[in-house]
Amino acid sequence: MSVIIILIAVSLLVAIGFLISFLWAVKTGQYDDDYTPSVRILFDNEFKDESTSANEKNIHSNNNN
Amino acid sequence: MTLEKFEYDNKIVRNFAIATMVWGIVAMLVGLLAALQLPFPAFNFDSHATFGRVRPLHTNAVVFAFVGNAMFMGIYYSLQRLLKARMYSDVLSKIHLWGWQLIIVSAAITLPLGFNSSKEYAELEWPIDIAITLVWVVFGINLFGTILKRRERHLYVAIWFYIATVVTVAVLHIVNSMALPVSMFKSYSVYAGVQDALVQWWYGHNAVAFFLTTPFLGLMYYFVPKAANRPVYSYRLSIIHFWALIFLYIWAGPHHLLYTALPDWAQSLGVVFSVMLIAPSWGGMINGLLTLRGAWDRVRDNVELKFFVVAITAYGMSTFEGPLLSLKSVNAIAHYTDWIVGHVHIGGMGWNGFLIFGTLYWLIPKIYGTQLWSKKLAGFHFWIGTMGIMFYAIPLYFAGFTQHFMWKEFTPDGVLRYPNFLETVVQILPMYKLRALGGSLYLIGAITMVYNLVKTAYAGKLIANEAAEAAALEKNYVEHPGSHWHRWIERKPLQMLVWSLIVILIGGAIEIIPTFMVKSNVPTIASVKPYTPLELLGRDIYVREGCNTCHSQMVRPFRFETERYGEYSKPGEFVYDHPFLWGSKRTGPDLQREGGRYPDSWHYNHMEDPRIMSPGSMMPPYAHLIEDDLDTNLLGAKIRAMQKLGVPYPQNYDGVAGKDLMKQANTITNNLSKDGIKVMSNKEIIAMIAYLQRLGTDIKGEKTIAKN
Repeated sequence: MSVIIILIAVSLLVAIGFLISFLWAVKTGQYDDDYTPSVRILFDNEFKDESTSANEKNIHSNNNN
Repeated sequence: MTLEKFEYDNKIVRNFAIATMVWGIVAMLVGLLAALQLPFPAFNFDSHATFGRVRPLHTNAVVFAFVGNAMFMGIYYSLQRLLKARMYSDVLSKIHLWGWQLIIVSAAITLPLGFNSSKEYAELEWPIDIAITLVWVVFGINLFGTILKRRERHLYVAIWFYIATVVTVAVLHIVNSMALPVSMFKSYSVYAGVQDALVQWWYGHNAVAFFLTTPFLGLMYYFVPKAANRPVYSYRLSIIHFWALIFLYIWAGPHHLLYTALPDWAQSLGVVFSVMLIAPSWGGMINGLLTLRGAWDRVRDNVELKFFVVAITAYGMSTFEGPLLSLKSVNAIAHYTDWIVGHVHIGGMGWNGFLIFGTLYWLIPKIYGTQLWSKKLAGFHFWIGTMGIMFYAIPLYFAGFTQHFMWKEFTPDGVLRYPNFLETVVQILPMYKLRALGGSLYLIGAITMVYNLVKTAYAGKLIANEAAEAAALEKNYVEHPGSHWHRWIERKPLQMLVWSLIVILIGGAIEIIPTFMVKSNVPTIASVKPYTPLELLGRDIYVREGCNTCHSQMVRPFRFETERYGEYSKPGEFVYDHPFLWGSKRTGPDLQREGGRYPDSWHYNHMEDPRIMSPGSMMPPYAHLIEDDLDTNLLGAKIRAMQKLGVPYPQNYDGVAGKDLMKQANTITNNLSKDGIKVMSNKEIIAMIAYLQRLGTDIKGEKTIAKN
């Protein structure tokens, strides 16, 4: 059953990696806003036509940032 | 703030989509073949296409080819848009695409040829395993590279799911695939017996978690809101259930080994975490379904939403069933039966399949700048696919219960009511036929989808590079404003980091694991001895033919099992088993105590045509074992490999092993000729008989074993 030590070590390694990324995420403000991101993904700045929708896009990207 | 213009790479998405559809049809066809082989053994038309070889081909094709390509398709589409950036490198994207297809093709060639490591969902031999690692690293660099050059600071929750997938699958794959190569296409797992079983199911369960679940939750969080044009129900819930899910999943593996020879505490650990898993799993399901709150009317005429709703419901059902099946008392019923097969197909056909179909219906018209060719046909696909899942799963649930309760039924006198295993098989044949019908319906649906999407593609034109624009990311948001690394410099250390992590992992694993494992190979039962050379080669044939697909070698400590098979299995019996062959399904009876049960001639006749000895049996014929010569070329290398793994053959035994082999083979041929069977000693069947007659006999001599 000694392999369980390896498995626990590897699993903990992965878990610690995720813990660090979790702390990083919280610290860098990833989760400060837990509403806007869900709405933001619905807006794609799609280019329909080069000439017509330039204004609209500017508004979009201003809103998004 | 300046707007940067860039282009999304749609071509790579399209190519992965084609791969998804092509391999999806192939995988389902192979699955249908496997489903037909059970009730109609005549479908085992070739020695390369027996059920034991077809089943791994089906699972690998579904998991890695169909679901894998779909995962990449969805990630390459959504990641670019979520990060407002093109993929990090077009070259890496292409290497990823073609490398993955090459791996699939090599799997499709090697598995029917019998190059099989026997480990479920990791059957591929070591050179392909290395290729998988390399391509996966390419994918990882491409993903992290894109994250680094993103124009959107916030990493949407879907991306977190993708990150978890990339990191964890790499680790799982490396640890589980540790094997000592004997030749180009043969290797032995460095772990033995109980240890190998634990590693295998740690991997197997997490393959479900991080290959079939986390990436698809990520895709759900992108494509469901997009298709419904609604934000996800609760973004906060998505964050919480993400972190909870990944922290819990990795400990749940042992629930695949309940009531086996795995130590009890490890089993309990797996059960506890499996039960806890219901919380984050249902968090995801609820979040997905409630995204449609107030928009349920859209489900009526939006076909991709229909698919999504069924997919998420199927996810909810199978993640409820999972913890349920992890309870020891429920698992005692379900383990080794078709209940498990039904369970995984709710997940595979319902959750993965329907999410993929919905995504394809949404995405293909989008990147071709057109509308779906026929909504009606897609609606037909939805209904026939749903019917297919029902017809597939429900009969198997019945089959599972039926068979279990037949296995364990005693007469009032205290003997098994159905002592002949075959009776319990014949009983469920109608269910197997219905299951094949369900699979056919599902396949028909998938074919109509491919037709529909091909028509759609021809009606439009691929927008290979989709123009987009977004503001560049401000670099000084983080607390240390002094740092203003240029982005391309930042990328190089990351690549270094990823590569070095992989190198350290592989290197560390190669260094540590084998030495660790060899030391632990101390036999705990004195009478358990290594396999003789002939038995060892017979065991390799057993692995090659995939016998473990249908036959377990693990007698659980229940009265109805010890009555049927003999003494229950002990951990110490498996210390020389590289790899372990406990199996996970009893389509045929357990073989742990097969040794000495029948005469050699019975096995000979049974292998030639199972229906001679057991009329009504569904086992494929193995007549080719009688014709084919036993390949002893690698015997020396195999013995040396086993010695390296800690199996105590005498020193320099590799030189004399051939002599021992011939001696034992001649004994068996003599036995056979007494029963009127004339066969040469150098045929594969002899090795196979030697192995089968050895099974479970080591502890039969021990005084503790008393029948009844």
